Amino acid sequence: MYLIKEIKEIAPKIKKMVIDAPLLAKKHKAGQFVMVINTEKGERIPLTIADKNPEKGEITLIFQEVGKSTIEMGLRKAGEHLFDIVGPLGKPTHIENYGTVVCIGGGVGTAPLYPIAKKMKEEGNYIITILGARNKDLFILEKEMEDISDEFYQTTDDGTKGRHGLVTDELQNLIDSGKKIDLVLAIGPAIMMKFVSLLTKKYNLPTMVSLNSIMVDGTGMCGACRVSVGGVTKFVCVDGPEFDGHQVDFDELMKRQAMYKDLEEKALKKLLEELKEKEPCGGHHAR
Amino acid sequence: MPDKKWIPQPKKPRTPIPEQKPEERRRNFKEVALGYTPELAIEEAYRCLQCKTPTCIDGCPVGIDIPGFIRDIGEGRFEDAYYTLKKYNSLPAVCGRVCPQEDQCEEVCILGKKFKPVAIGRLERFAADWFMESGKTEDFKLEPPTGKKVAIIGSGPSGLTCAGELAKKGHKVVIFEALHKPGGVLVYGIPEFRLPKKIVEIEVENLRKMGVEIKTSAIIGKLFTIDELLEEEGFDAVFIGTGAGLPYFMGIKGENLNGVYSANEFLTRVNLMKAYMFPEADTPVKIGKKVAVIGGGNTAMDAIRTALRLGAEEAYIVYRRSEAELPAREEEIHHAKEEGVIFQLLTNPVEILGDENGWVRALKCVKMKLGEPDDSGRRRPIPIEGSEFEFPVDTVILAIGQGPNPLIQETQPDIEVKKWGIIKIDESGKTSKKGVFAGGDIVTGGATVILAMGQGKKAAQTIDKYLQSGEW
Ligand SMILES: Cc1cc2nc3c(=O)[nH]c(=O)nc-3n(C[C@H](O)[C@H](O)[C@H](O)COP(=O)(O)OP(=O)(O)OC[C@H]3O[C@@H](n4cnc5c(N)ncnc54)[C@H](O)[C@@H]3O)c2cc1C
Ligand SMILES: Cc1cc2nc3c(=O)[nH]c(=O)nc-3n(C[C@H](O)[C@H](O)[C@H](O)COP(=O)(O)OP(=O)(O)OC[C@H]3O[C@@H](n4cnc5c(N)ncnc54)[C@H](O)[C@@H]3O)c2cc1C
Ligand code: SF4
Ligand code: FES
Repeated sequence: MYLIKEIKEIAPKIKKMVIDAPLLAKKHKAGQFVMVINTEKGERIPLTIADKNPEKGEITLIFQEVGKSTIEMGLRKAGEHLFDIVGPLGKPTHIENYGTVVCIGGGVGTAPLYPIAKKMKEEGNYIITILGARNKDLFILEKEMEDISDEFYQTTDDGTKGRHGLVTDELQNLIDSGKKIDLVLAIGPAIMMKFVSLLTKKYNLPTMVSLNSIMVDGTGMCGACRVSVGGVTKFVCVDGPEFDGHQVDFDELMKRQAMYKDLEEKALKKLLEELKEKEPCGGHHAR
Repeated sequence: MPDKKWIPQPKKPRTPIPEQKPEERRRNFKEVALGYTPELAIEEAYRCLQCKTPTCIDGCPVGIDIPGFIRDIGEGRFEDAYYTLKKYNSLPAVCGRVCPQEDQCEEVCILGKKFKPVAIGRLERFAADWFMESGKTEDFKLEPPTGKKVAIIGSGPSGLTCAGELAKKGHKVVIFEALHKPGGVLVYGIPEFRLPKKIVEIEVENLRKMGVEIKTSAIIGKLFTIDELLEEEGFDAVFIGTGAGLPYFMGIKGENLNGVYSANEFLTRVNLMKAYMFPEADTPVKIGKKVAVIGGGNTAMDAIRTALRLGAEEAYIVYRRSEAELPAREEEIHHAKEEGVIFQLLTNPVEILGDENGWVRALKCVKMKLGEPDDSGRRRPIPIEGSEFEFPVDTVILAIGQGPNPLIQETQPDIEVKKWGIIKIDESGKTSKKGVFAGGDIVTGGATVILAMGQGKKAAQTIDKYLQSGEW
């Protein structure tokens, strides 16, 4: 059982949760994730450790409410307990002084990006950040990212903040300006990572992506998370989650992510009905 | 002590065990075999000849005094039977259900030469169940605390057994288990209809009563390394019982299509995560109308029978050798057939074919014939040229074997490993690293519950000696 110390909405449908987990705070390295089980009958949800405070014994998770499990987790209150957390999982990011690192965060992907970017900065890299979102309200960790960045750009699909367009437009712009780029780090929806990787491949820029395949155990014993990387099957939970973006079969990843779509919708519908029953006056959870 | 004269009745037919009817059980998760009543158990016990030189004992990997416990049952001393078993086997309720008796004790039972062997497994199960149901509390006989601390990595049968033996010797034992529930394959792999989870829970609870501490969701290699356990966390010895949990894939085209599972994933979703209760439980599982399981072992039988229970309309086992080579327990094969599983033998998949949306639509297979025996002594399957055919299915489950999880070996390179990352031990259970011992599937590759337990017990004896003498 893990105590929830704080829970807060930091953007529409995006929650930040601070959890009392001293051992995990001590052992975690940038790039690693945990599996969270919300309730006894809950599934194991992979979430990146977005931040930690080893002195206070805390870890921070930032998650988007996209389906039953994350919505239910978002309903938890400070003072309550999560059923279980296991970690830290996955290989830590390889961090060194590469020179100039472009950090691209799409949507909630900024949460896993932040601890890596922070470490990259500490290693002396020149950090150029590009954050993308659908509109200005959906950005998270803007200030935190800006603080550690040497250059900071934003793009929105609707033009309400920063460049009107996609993160790849801003990246193209950077490349065109002739800036020397040593590494591109992209974390976000699979489709975004795919197009970033396609673009950087043209210019031969080393590109690292962090994959969010469907997982069950997160410890390498089931293979649910498998992806093709350079034509070889890899397990994201133990071989990753970071891979060379130029080698990943993103189309396969996206198909696999949609494997349970119908069942996920069924579970979500059931949850929303149950929530409606609890709050007959059309409470704020009816989405 | 035996009081009456034992008059065996070997000619009586082997006493059948009451079972759920195939038509009913193929759609529910309740246990298939219901167990002997005391009357049936006594009847079966009296078939035993009480041999002077009992061959059955040689067939048992842990050398249980088989005629001894059978006599206890025959004479109605069921509690004695239980304690006789416990002297050798710490999990008789489990082994009575899952041991491949037909290849062990029952294979060499003298009676089997002329008649059917004594139903040793069923009697073992009876004695264990009788004790559990009697509500009696077990007398553990713990020795006084020694002040020594042992870490056990993994809570499968090897780890549980090692923990129990060391606790009896008075050592402080802490089990670290990666998953959120203890039991290893017994909880995430073997389904409820073959091994009720309640039994594993009772055994784990017994360990807790003996003072064993169990830390779940604790992955060694991630949370702590073995060096940290020994140097910083105050453990005097470590036992590695991490099993063979890494699923193998075949390396054929189409394995990453939607609708393809490893047996481990499929069984973990259903058993550990309770996907059969979806959406009451959150973890989903996809099951189509036509399900094919590739492989012929216990894992394959468990997967296909689970698929049936989740509503599959057609259920196939696809296996590249013939019926005689099927590695699964005889009883499981028999049960699977009764439940309507169709065996596509001498058939090997060469590709999994998908539709335009990335879902499985068929298996491309080739027919096989048997050639000369290979290293395993089984006849080698050889593809028949030009025999390729398509076999329409919508779910494929791969049950072609598992290897050791590489995590420990990666983070502790000073522990010597053999081929495929199997940890090397000497005959007493020691690894190449001082203070570190290992047993179970991590040292044998996928084997059996009883072998894992036997090694857990052996290692416990070596650990105890090491803790007392400090000599490596
Ligand atoms: C290594 C890793 C790190 C991640 N870190 C974060 C993070 O920091 N913040 C965040 O918001 N999200 C993160 N995710 C994604 C997050 O795990 C999913 O959004 C979550 O599991 C959705 O569950 P749900 O029941 O709410 O939604 P559902 O309705 O079940 O599914 C919505 C979508 O989420 C994905 N998903 C569903 N189940 C799983 C599962 N068991 N494992 C992985 N993905 C699944 C599927 O693609 C699905 O289409 C991470 C995923 C991985 C693999
Ligand atoms: C589906 C299936 C059916 C089977 N049926 C039979 C049968 O009918 N009869 C029979 O005799 N045998 C059967 N077997 C084989 C038998 O279950 C195994 O041989 C036995 O469980 C091995 O025991 P073990 O203790 O070595 O490991 P396991 O039971 O595999 O347990 C290992 C445990 O260690 C944990 N672990 C792994 N790595 C770490 C780590 N780094 N840190 C912490 N914990 C870790 C795992 O999560 C797991 O819980 C079957 C196996 C399967 C998969
Ligand atoms: S070999 Fe068979 S008949 Fe003889 S003691 Fe063993 S179980 Fe009884
Ligand atoms: S999630 Fe099971 S192997 Fe990666």
